[in-house]
Amino acid sequence: MADANAVPRITASRRWARQTRHGDVFFWLLTLFFALMIIGLVVAVGVVTYTGSAAARAAYGWSFLWGTEWNPVETTLYPVSFGAWPAIRGTLLSSLIALILAAPTGVAIGIFLSELCPLRLRQPLGFMVELLAAIPSVIYGLWGVAVFANWFNDWVTNPIAESVGQFVPWLAGPVAVSRGLAITGTILAIMILPTISAITRDMLQAVPNHQREAMLSLGATRWEVIWGAVVPYARAGIVGGIMLGLGRALGETMAATMLIGNSTRIEESIFYPATTAAALVASELPNANDPLHESSLIGLALALFGITLLLNLIARYLVWQTARGPAGEKV
Amino acid sequence: MAVAPQPRLATPTAHSMTVRGLKPFYGKRLAVQALDLDVRPRQITALIGPSGCGKSTVLRCLNRMHEVVPYARAEGLVKLDDIDIYAPGIDPALVRRKIGMVFQVPIALRTRNIYENIAVGLRLGGIANRAELDIRVEKALRDANLWDEVKDKLALSGMALSGGQQQRLSIARTIAIEPDIILFDEPCSALDPISTFKIEELLLTLRQRYTIVIVTHNMQQAARISDRTAVFMVEKTDDIPVGMLIEEGPTEQIFSTPKDPRTEDYISGRVG
Repeated sequence: MADANAVPRITASRRWARQTRHGDVFFWLLTLFFALMIIGLVVAVGVVTYTGSAAARAAYGWSFLWGTEWNPVETTLYPVSFGAWPAIRGTLLSSLIALILAAPTGVAIGIFLSELCPLRLRQPLGFMVELLAAIPSVIYGLWGVAVFANWFNDWVTNPIAESVGQFVPWLAGPVAVSRGLAITGTILAIMILPTISAITRDMLQAVPNHQREAMLSLGATRWEVIWGAVVPYARAGIVGGIMLGLGRALGETMAATMLIGNSTRIEESIFYPATTAAALVASELPNANDPLHESSLIGLALALFGITLLLNLIARYLVWQTARGPAGEKV
Repeated sequence: MAVAPQPRLATPTAHSMTVRGLKPFYGKRLAVQALDLDVRPRQITALIGPSGCGKSTVLRCLNRMHEVVPYARAEGLVKLDDIDIYAPGIDPALVRRKIGMVFQVPIALRTRNIYENIAVGLRLGGIANRAELDIRVEKALRDANLWDEVKDKLALSGMALSGGQQQRLSIARTIAIEPDIILFDEPCSALDPISTFKIEELLLTLRQRYTIVIVTHNMQQAARISDRTAVFMVEKTDDIPVGMLIEEGPTEQIFSTPKDPRTEDYISGRVG
């Protein structure tokens, strides 16, 4: 063993010398720069869409948002007019359908993966879920058009339209083409399902095991453990995951363009073709020669940006609300 | 299961447990060599031994919490009074209501307030009447020596309590459903000395009504509060540690005149 006295003592000056770390300052500045870039990007998108939509805002003002006529080409029946409501309505409704279908299913899948799945299956199933999230949306759109649409028409749209649809206007037929809000919402649901399931699973797995054991030791069944302790513990994270899925559904362009039918006419029934803000911008911007048309499309983008921002704020609020348990809870 | 429904608010009668040839496994690995143990009514039985000797594993086998761990299982006979708790057709959830457990980490159920932390077990048992819940929650908190400290903040989260209070909350939650036996898995190892003292005091009170098994790291604790002590050791065979029960007897005898030299080494601080 080495003699401890043989080790030279660190002098005071050398100890102080270690205080200056240029690397630290440099790294701090670098990360700060990247962080500021995020703010810059958001502002840039806002500025570009705001200035780009100047003509549309000058022509319509706020009523651009609830204008129901979108006619880029003048015909004998309809004058040229740009109102965003058909696209905003389509965006909100298709995302709502997606959310209604995907939220309960996704949470259930997450619960299964985290709490009930046999260990052997957990890894491969979890991998599949993550794989689903990584599939490009054009593939979902293609599958939707080529395979799912016919099936959806035969088994969902027509049976509903011919039965309940006789009395409920928003489920009415007749349905000629297999394009519309309902099928778009369903495909969007499939697309956001893996996001919701994966986040739910991660949130549930982050719940400390002792919360489960405390419930088990009181004689709780698995069901009671899940609903009495595990899911409530993770509720804020689960709501966050659902909101992330909703964000993806709102902005989804490719699959929506392929499936929604791109009709700017407002039809009451969800089985009729419609459009979404993203789909309308994507399909019309390349051919928008009229400055007002182009400006209106950019205005639509601004509206979509605003909707996303608003929903994110609501999501924040919801997460914050659900995260609050009994007073004094440390979150 | 051939257990008559308990009369409500009746004084618990004395219950005992019998363990014969218990072998806990993790997958294919035997965690503790086959052991026999008698848990005597209204006594505190302490399980002591060095880390990794399987004392907590054995404890968890007593109310079928062991099998909750993936791939864990147990062989052998464990009886609560006359009932084999591992017999086919026995619902483990029911076993756990009869044999309560308090864990090493104080557990406040995070999403519930203090009142609901106690009421949750009662609700699981089908008690929904608010007046009855009130009575039982108060009684459990009183029995756990916690009532005076929390009676004005029952609507607050259990997370707002200190570690020692949370552990008494856990105990209150366990005794609220009036189990026959209470198992304690190192209940004081995360607590400061004053909180530990309070829990030990509480254990001695509970002993008048309940049969208690406690796992502890702390030999002085075992000496202070237990009636009987079981000493566990761990030995490596082919580099795989296997726990074993080496000696069991009245606490006084274990600490004064142990039969096994390994017990003497352990309690005098030479190993473990």
